[in-house]
Amino acid sequence: MDSTIIIEKGVFIVIIFAITMLMAMYSTLAERKIAAWLQDRIGPNRAGKGGVLQPLADGLKLFSKEEFLPNTPNKFLFVVGPAISMSVALMTSAVIPWGDKLHLFGRDIVLQATDIDVAILYVFGVLSVGVYGIMIGGWASNNKFSLMSAMRAASQMISYEIAMGLSIIALLMMEGTLSLREISANQSGMHWNVFYQPLGFIIFLVCSFAETNRTPFDLAECEAELIGGYHTEYSSMRMGFYLFAEYASMFISSTILAVLYFGGYNYPGMEWAVENWGVNPANIIGIVVLFIKISFFIFFFMWVRWTIPRFRYDQLMRLGWKALIPLAIANIIVTAVVMLLVQ
Amino acid sequence: MSIETISLSGRKKEVSNKKMNFWESIYLVAIVKGLLITIKHLFTRKVTIKYPEQVRPMSPVYRGQHMLMRDEEGRERCTACGLCALSCPAEAITMKAEERKPDEKHLYREEKYASIYEINMLRCIFCGLCEEACPKQAIYLTTSKKIVKANYERDEFIYGKDKLVMPLEQALNNTKLKTAN
Repeated sequence: MDSTIIIEKGVFIVIIFAITMLMAMYSTLAERKIAAWLQDRIGPNRAGKGGVLQPLADGLKLFSKEEFLPNTPNKFLFVVGPAISMSVALMTSAVIPWGDKLHLFGRDIVLQATDIDVAILYVFGVLSVGVYGIMIGGWASNNKFSLMSAMRAASQMISYEIAMGLSIIALLMMEGTLSLREISANQSGMHWNVFYQPLGFIIFLVCSFAETNRTPFDLAECEAELIGGYHTEYSSMRMGFYLFAEYASMFISSTILAVLYFGGYNYPGMEWAVENWGVNPANIIGIVVLFIKISFFIFFFMWVRWTIPRFRYDQLMRLGWKALIPLAIANIIVTAVVMLLVQ
Repeated sequence: MSIETISLSGRKKEVSNKKMNFWESIYLVAIVKGLLITIKHLFTRKVTIKYPEQVRPMSPVYRGQHMLMRDEEGRERCTACGLCALSCPAEAITMKAEERKPDEKHLYREEKYASIYEINMLRCIFCGLCEEACPKQAIYLTTSKKIVKANYERDEFIYGKDKLVMPLEQALNNTKLKTAN
């Protein structure tokens, strides 16, 4: 393998990493701002102009806190827990196609860290490991409330993974591929999957709320019943890693939603732009369009958080097992029948 | 009309405990309704007042920190008669009278003045009875336009003449404005 491709991919991965971190950082500010606006308040506006330095101030505060280690026999696991959460949240971004390609330095640069042909399986596999981050953290805390919270989170994430997987099957039947790059390319023009799979999209959306532990499925964090949740015993930047991982995984979930159902980097008139403006400008617009879609979904996550109260545990389980899974299966059957009829 | 159905406000709503059907049990319609309500609030006027930069307008009769007034020539009006202390329901005011020396005529209007005049701001209830009792129109709660500031020390809340007497420049300024009119 020639060495330029290693450099190219290396630089690209670093850029992706930086962007993910930056998006997660500013998601924390966006969350507080949107929360404030939806409640007729202004939100943090003292650190920097309009509060732009607030994430830095928060980070600095977390770094300056005492790093507390509870009296637990599992000191190694206690440290590993947040690290798993964080790395899992970041690993998924490897297979996301951020754009079509750029023509730079006399070569085509594919805007994707790696184009594996089982990208969706990879994403689901990595997301499933996310349970371990929470479970290990809760277990190693040596605290019954942390453990109960971790149990809740684990059972919730495993239950909703089933509905999520089923909802994606109907999409895969239509696309006939597991590669995210091909799925993006198939949606060129306005052939966005959300128009062909509205029910699948809604199920996938609900499940991604549950997978990222966001409201209304944030049962794992509950001050009233569980003190703080699975990160009760955590402090300083280990705590920060858990909180940060939530925002990073929210960013990745938004990206997957945008790529699978909202056309990824495609926008109407992309072919025209490639012909008339050249490859580079058209694809840079594509990247911007993808980020607009992602930002919309991040906003949507926050919007829902400040609208809906959380579910009760039995309601959560009933919704997952008795509503979403039957709907997802019905969606598969209907899709299959329609596909046969159209052929 | 039975007692259960009476609604004085006209807004009474019967709470029903009926079983939800499948579509209601996945909450989608209810959630969309809720989302529309919250998005409206994104565009409404924010109620926050950015305090140190923005201050709420005070009512003209707002009773804030007391001020011991000076007359047109900048002399203190107070004659230490003690009526304010007597009228004070919270017993917040204490004072000590002193006789005016011949060379202090430019400082005090009357022949007797208050050498010590203290108000305990923790006791004061800002009722304004001292202002009503004063025969010399020396004490006012409305003219300072100040809120008593917070502090960590209880002793700091006993305000002496250094904090209560109107600044001399302000008195002279007032006189200038009056003569100009």
